[in-house]
Amino acid sequence: MIPLHWFLLVAAGLFSLGVYGVLARRNAVAILMSIELMLNAVNLNLVAFWRYMAPETLSGQAFAVFVFAVAAAEAAVGLALIISIYRNRETVVAEDINMLKW
Amino acid sequence: MNLPTLESINLAASLPVLILAGWACLLTAIDLFISPERKHWTAWLAVLGLLASGVALGFEAVAYSQRGAVSAFGDMAVVDGFALFLQGVFLLSAFLGILLALNYLPRHNIERGEYYTLLLFTTSGMMLMAMAADLIVVFLALELLSLPLYVLSGFAHPRLDSEEAAMKYFLLGAFASGFLVYGIALTYGGAGTTLLSGVVEALVGGGPAPNPVLAIVGMGLILVGLGFKVAAVPFHMWTPDVYQGAPTPVTAFMSVGAKAGGFAALLRVFLIAFPATGDTWGVVIAIIAALTMILGNVVAISQSNVKRMLAYSSIAHAGYVLVAVAAARYPEVEPLAVSAAVFYLLTYAVTNLGAFAIVIALERDDGTGVEVEDFAGLAKTRPWLAIAMTLFMLSLTGIPPSAGMVGKFFVFQAAVQASVGDPLILTVTIIGVLTSVISAFYYLRIPVMMYFRDGEGQANVQPALGVALALTALATFLLGVVPAPFLQMARHALLTLAG
Amino acid sequence: MDGLFSIVPLIILAPFTGVLINVFFGRKLMPRRDSVAPGVIASSMAGFSFLIAVLMFFALLANPAGAEVPVLTWINVGDGDFTLHIPWTLKVDTLSSVMMLVVTGVGTLIHIYAIGYMHGDIDEKAASRGLEGEEALDFKRRRYARFFAFFNLFLGSMLVLVTANNYLMMFVGWELVGLCSYLLIGFWFDSPEKNEAGQIIGVLNSSAGRKAFVVNRVGDFGMLLAIMLIFWSFGTLEFDDVFARAECMIEAPQAECLTLSAAELAPQGEGEAAAEEHGEGEARALTTPIALGPFAPTLGVVVTAITLLLLLGATGKSAQIPLFVWLPDAMAGPTPVSALIHAATMVTAGIYMITRSNVLYAMAPVSGMVVAVIGGATAFVAASIAVAQFDIKRVLAYSTISQLGFMIAAVGLGGYIAGIFHLATHAFFKALLFLGSGSVIHGMEHGHHHAHGQGEHHDAPHGEDERPFDPQDMRQMGGLRKHMPVTTWVYIIGALALAGIPPLAGFWSKDEILLDASLNSTLVYILLTVAAFFTAFYMGRQVFMVFYGSERTEAARHAQESPPVMTIPLIVLAGLSVVGGLINLPVGGLHPLGRWLEESVANAHIASFNILVATISTVLALVAIGLSYLLYGRKPLEEGEADPLYSTGPVFTFLNRKWYWDELYAAIFVRPYNRLGDFLANAVDWQFWHDFVHDRIIADAFQGWAAILSRPIDLGIVDGAVNGVAQLVESTSRSLRRVQTGYVRNYALAVLMGVVAILAYLAIRFLV
Repeated sequence: MIPLHWFLLVAAGLFSLGVYGVLARRNAVAILMSIELMLNAVNLNLVAFWRYMAPETLSGQAFAVFVFAVAAAEAAVGLALIISIYRNRETVVAEDINMLKW
Repeated sequence: MNLPTLESINLAASLPVLILAGWACLLTAIDLFISPERKHWTAWLAVLGLLASGVALGFEAVAYSQRGAVSAFGDMAVVDGFALFLQGVFLLSAFLGILLALNYLPRHNIERGEYYTLLLFTTSGMMLMAMAADLIVVFLALELLSLPLYVLSGFAHPRLDSEEAAMKYFLLGAFASGFLVYGIALTYGGAGTTLLSGVVEALVGGGPAPNPVLAIVGMGLILVGLGFKVAAVPFHMWTPDVYQGAPTPVTAFMSVGAKAGGFAALLRVFLIAFPATGDTWGVVIAIIAALTMILGNVVAISQSNVKRMLAYSSIAHAGYVLVAVAAARYPEVEPLAVSAAVFYLLTYAVTNLGAFAIVIALERDDGTGVEVEDFAGLAKTRPWLAIAMTLFMLSLTGIPPSAGMVGKFFVFQAAVQASVGDPLILTVTIIGVLTSVISAFYYLRIPVMMYFRDGEGQANVQPALGVALALTALATFLLGVVPAPFLQMARHALLTLAG
Repeated sequence: MDGLFSIVPLIILAPFTGVLINVFFGRKLMPRRDSVAPGVIASSMAGFSFLIAVLMFFALLANPAGAEVPVLTWINVGDGDFTLHIPWTLKVDTLSSVMMLVVTGVGTLIHIYAIGYMHGDIDEKAASRGLEGEEALDFKRRRYARFFAFFNLFLGSMLVLVTANNYLMMFVGWELVGLCSYLLIGFWFDSPEKNEAGQIIGVLNSSAGRKAFVVNRVGDFGMLLAIMLIFWSFGTLEFDDVFARAECMIEAPQAECLTLSAAELAPQGEGEAAAEEHGEGEARALTTPIALGPFAPTLGVVVTAITLLLLLGATGKSAQIPLFVWLPDAMAGPTPVSALIHAATMVTAGIYMITRSNVLYAMAPVSGMVVAVIGGATAFVAASIAVAQFDIKRVLAYSTISQLGFMIAAVGLGGYIAGIFHLATHAFFKALLFLGSGSVIHGMEHGHHHAHGQGEHHDAPHGEDERPFDPQDMRQMGGLRKHMPVTTWVYIIGALALAGIPPLAGFWSKDEILLDASLNSTLVYILLTVAAFFTAFYMGRQVFMVFYGSERTEAARHAQESPPVMTIPLIVLAGLSVVGGLINLPVGGLHPLGRWLEESVANAHIASFNILVATISTVLALVAIGLSYLLYGRKPLEEGEADPLYSTGPVFTFLNRKWYWDELYAAIFVRPYNRLGDFLANAVDWQFWHDFVHDRIIADAFQGWAAILSRPIDLGIVDGAVNGVAQLVESTSRSLRRVQTGYVRNYALAVLMGVVAILAYLAIRFLV
């Protein structure tokens, strides 16, 4: 069987990719996608832990399902916000949206 | 695998949350049938929901005083004094949040019924947060709390600043909750369970502890996620922008509700799940508290926009509560520190909502009128308003006779008790006292403006706002003068292990 | 029925609600000049309180033991050996219920009366200041609402006092009523009561208020010391616990009793057992040592000290020798105030307090005797002064002092029932007399205006020219019977009740006091009997001077009856003055009030009716009234005629000048104090401290030093340091502010940096 830490390493890599994406991408939609990447890394972790460490309870699996659901809700809210901004300012570049500062 | 029994779910215990969430769902549908010019009906219906939830909470409180804490949803939630006290604070804040919005929304031409339903949703999230005894519930409650707030921040669209605030809040909030949920996953891996009581067993070595290192890393990341919610340095940077851009009633509600929700989770997770590593997180939180108090108070000095100033003030106040959290890691100080923290949250809630109510009264229809200069001469034109604002500012500074003074007193008392043999907490306490002196600079600028500068301070106090103002001012004063009964309640706000 | 007790907080809440309403909305509630809304609100709040008091009465009928209803925890500090726990708990028992009924019942009537009276009074004041139109309306709005706010505040405060279950809460009420008294005496603080001639009549109102306040502070000081001493010796302030521990200490050492609480004792039958215990307790010398810091006085000494200090408090509030001088001046307040606060309720607080502390007084026979003698002496002195006064309200004021002396004497002799009985009946007839005098004053002012308005047509010279118009001067009245019939009849009823003519209320209660005195102390009995004789005389004199004979001024000739809103309360009070004696009728072993009070006053004993005492006092009263008829009734005073008592020469002057008490105090306290103040201010402070120490020594030396230091140091080091800190904070603030760039990804970076820092710390902690 594949050892647990392999899964963990893949998940950590995925998470780091997500974090990098949030910091490096300028497009708000891309930032949102990067955040989804982070959440998927979490799901990977959760399922792996469930399988290897506590297969007798359902909580890991159930948690993963909750994370899916929340991610979907987040995406819905986020895209709606981005669209409403786009209608107003004709841009989704995060750098252009900095009226509020200091 | 045990199937949950009806008894272990214990719906009755979580009735206040269920009523509120259920009513919010229903109200979303009902709102469709309320014509646009009658949206205040939605508001009163929402108040009805809060009232029903409050009644249920009252029954819970009575039941609690007789039989102590109970758990619900098979140990995933727990109804104890801590949860009940904070749930009361949330309901009160939500009620005031509705009062503040009642006239604000039509004046700014953004009266939509969703405001009230979203407010109910986020309040139910906060209440769930207060009783969460499982990391999954913590995560769910946090999202239930956050998602409506993202939308509410952008509620004044198409105003650009409101939309911008919503987007910033959303992106950063989602980013931070990514860390949080990653941390929870690692803790789950480290402890083999998501129950807070299970985590503690795994960490102290009683149960199978396959990998404590994972759990400790998880703990760090959970701290990040919750630190973001309470606006602790360095996770605070969203706060000023979002507070300034969001519609003022939302800012007011968010500044007390979301913060208290964050602290509810912070206190419970760290004191129940991670007491074994208290020496570690205690240090981290103490340092964060110091940075938060310094940064919040120092930067607030150079703000000219009152909403933004109050945002930094809100950061600073998070620092004071964090001092209590850090002090709570000593078991002998814990009861005092926890009750000091929740009492502080109560005092901060009434004071800050009052201060924002005044800001709302001054705000003009185009969103301007919230600069410090706009307060000039208010004492002549609106003497009562000026007195109330002075009281709120005194309370935020921590000067008697006001709620804030009592709150600060108890936090520092707990900190001083904890600082015996802990020079770090002692240092942080001293920093806390010094920074609260600094805070007088910017808080008292407003009374000075009102009383000693000439100007035609304009304000528009409509009935609902007046009621909110009267309630908050009275509460701020009473909590400062006769704090005993409320302290008594806060004393009972103790954390209980689930089950 | 016990559940009914839990609504008792409403009795206090209602008047305080009235205060808030009148403070915030009172002025808005008066759109027109004849609006009465503030008064109606205040009266209905008072009426509501009365309703609650009645409900409490019925609840007590069902369960005479009463209840303690906690409202909130006021003070809770300390742990271990030293704890101070002061709840705000309302005590409902038979004693406090009597007080509640009297305070709210009489209070409600006087509130209603004031609705009418204050209208006239304020209009009168507005006219005398030349205010008209909108200005007058505004003036009226402010004053009318303010009056009822204060009046309700008083009622609430008085109820705080009588429902307290511990000494400190009682003291809070005690101080609050003092404050209200001060505010209401000085209600016309800005009016020196000038007449047309520009002379100042009577005392400046604001200084009368100040006098009351200062004199009361002297008494309060004693009370406060007593409270501290009680807490020090007994470790608690709750009445029941204090008394339980004090009695326990008779038998057992102090330490054993300190944890005792009345609640634990309650199951044992209190009635007879407790009374027996007292009998023994009094006989014994109370020798248990009480630890007070370095001293260990015996229990007897401590209790005597406590009770004497409490007495000092009572002499202040209840206007007894030596602190009675404030009460006559307090008549500067509007008449309803005199009736409610300075006759019926507040001034009886001292009697209530002593009755409440009866267990302590029973243990200190010396104090009891002192109380009785002070009461008797006050009754006598004040009654004699009242004989020679001309101001209608001043006569009543001295009469009040004298009657309070009766009550104090009664409670001093252990006649608690008699004291409280007289307190209740006195509240009825003295309120009636004050309100009646208010009605007379109101009528006289009315008449004066009427006469004044038509003054041009009446060119016949009248007595007005000799003496400036004063609506309260009895010499300017006379014959009012014809103009004010209702007032006359109720006034006569009140006067007869006060004089102690059977079967009116005053007879029964005064007789019970005289009976107690005759059994316990001949000296006090004689003092009180003489006082009772004087009482009947001065009341006869007043009635004949005011209502009979012929009108001595134009004002009296045009006097008018008051409106029904004023006369109806008068009639109700007159009814109460007639039948009030029924509440403690001694016939056939009835004594309802006595049986009622026995439940809560441990040392109450019921006196039986003694026909001899009753006959003596009745005969004396009739003789006194007859004498007054001979002097004032048979041949009434004519315009400008002098009082027949002038023929007694120096005796009259002595009485008229009130035994020179004010002059005595001025000589002993006020003038030396002024001289001391003068000396301290001019000689010590100014010449010594300012001119010499400050200017010569400090300032010169400082200037010298400054000259030396300023040259090198004036380079900006010190200045810089002070300003530097502030500037540093500000510039830090400005630069930190710039970190907030507005770019969302920068914020995310900050979050990540936080993550890295925390994880790095954890890694160092656990891996290295």
